[in-house]
Amino acid sequence: MTNGTRSDVAPPVPVGPLLSVQGLRKSYGDREILKGISFDVIAGQTLVLIGPSGSGKTTVLRCLNYLEVPDAGTIELAGEPIGGAYVGEPAHWTPLPEVRLALQRRKFGFVFQRFNLFPHLTALQNVAIGPRKVLGLSRPAAEARAAEQLARVSLEDHLHKRPSQLSGGQQQRVAIARALAMEPRMILFDEPTSALDPELVHEVLDVMGTLAREGMTMIVVTHEMGFARRAADRLIFMADGRIVEEGAPEAVFSAPREEKTQRFLAHILNR
Amino acid sequence: MTIDWAIVEMAIPLLAVGTVMTLKIASLAALFGLTGGIGLGLVSLGGWTWARWLVRAYVDFVRGTPLLIQIFIVFFGLPLMGFRLGEFWAGVIALSINCAAYVAEIVRGTVGSVEKGQTEAAKSIGMTQGTILLHILLPQSIRPMVPALTNDVITLLKNTSLLSVISVYELTRSGQAVIASHFAPLEIFALLAIYYYAIISVLSWVSRVIERRLPAW
Repeated sequence: MTNGTRSDVAPPVPVGPLLSVQGLRKSYGDREILKGISFDVIAGQTLVLIGPSGSGKTTVLRCLNYLEVPDAGTIELAGEPIGGAYVGEPAHWTPLPEVRLALQRRKFGFVFQRFNLFPHLTALQNVAIGPRKVLGLSRPAAEARAAEQLARVSLEDHLHKRPSQLSGGQQQRVAIARALAMEPRMILFDEPTSALDPELVHEVLDVMGTLAREGMTMIVVTHEMGFARRAADRLIFMADGRIVEEGAPEAVFSAPREEKTQRFLAHILNR
Repeated sequence: MTIDWAIVEMAIPLLAVGTVMTLKIASLAALFGLTGGIGLGLVSLGGWTWARWLVRAYVDFVRGTPLLIQIFIVFFGLPLMGFRLGEFWAGVIALSINCAAYVAEIVRGTVGSVEKGQTEAAKSIGMTQGTILLHILLPQSIRPMVPALTNDVITLLKNTSLLSVISVYELTRSGQAVIASHFAPLEIFALLAIYYYAIISVLSWVSRVIERRLPAW
């Protein structure tokens, strides 16, 4: 009791999943893309989403960081609702203003299929601009952090090249470094190797595998079944806007319960 | 038909005086028009709803009315509002207002056509609208904007000739003065055309140099 200041109390250890998604729905016009998606992601784990084109995998990812606004459902990251808050009495859902949304978005890293690097900036500047303009770091501090993250994806020799001077695999690794530099709670990968030449796929998957082993929480939409088998802690198979099957990757691959899953796996593995 | 070369020779230095005035007005109006227009364009892309609406109304008014009328409104309107700035500044202001509206549209169009993935990537690292515009979209738009902006500056330069109606002693007006005293309209108007053509040729050349110098990626 003598020096019992509040700061001595350890912060509560978060219990439950890092990310919790309940009843996510999204339509474009008459077309319902997501028909009620629910899943959890535990901190440090890698969740892989597979499924045929048009099944809604990408839309799930884009809803998580509000690049798309879901029509219904809740998303909670470490207990904090994303995209809005319950306010008033009785409590009703109120969307967050753009500035608050931006604060939440940076907790998710996002890696795009088409890289979406900033073409007017060098690799170093691409990675440093977030820490500088969003986190408010000084230029040297931001560039030091950027260089560190680029080294992590083995691009320390390409700091001052523009995206147009880099191969697709290198560009995607810059994009991963750009996401990492914001120190996100989790990273969302949207078909990160689909736009790559086949011989460049492995360098990106290697980086992602390393991140997974280092304990980064990740959700990966991919058609790379080898990666799913190796790196996923859990696998979700989606079709027509619903989760058809989920479980440990080994179980889903070797003994899929649902017919849709069986047909999809037979098709994609026998290509 | 014979050309009176004596009058041509006499008019060349007289028109040079008007040329200086034309260049002065055009550079000032281009400066205000470009900066104002870029500002307005950015507002119409990322400002509050009411601000966007104001910019729309402004652009709509400027595009929907003849420049000649706008010049008269500024020239006769400013003194009524208590500003006695004279015909020079009335001209500069009218042309700036006109130019800014067209530049705003160019900025809106060019910045708005940057690939959508750029905005999404910027959002995904937590950038807000203003930062995205300033640091991601605008830098990528400058080069594609140059030809369109050059067009506007050229139009602005030619439009300075309209200021002769509010007795600004610019190039066209100085030509008209020579015509009034010597009655050689063909010689003088042909000479005026050559003057304007020369100035605009220089402008186009500068624009091409700028475009070449700007980084492409």
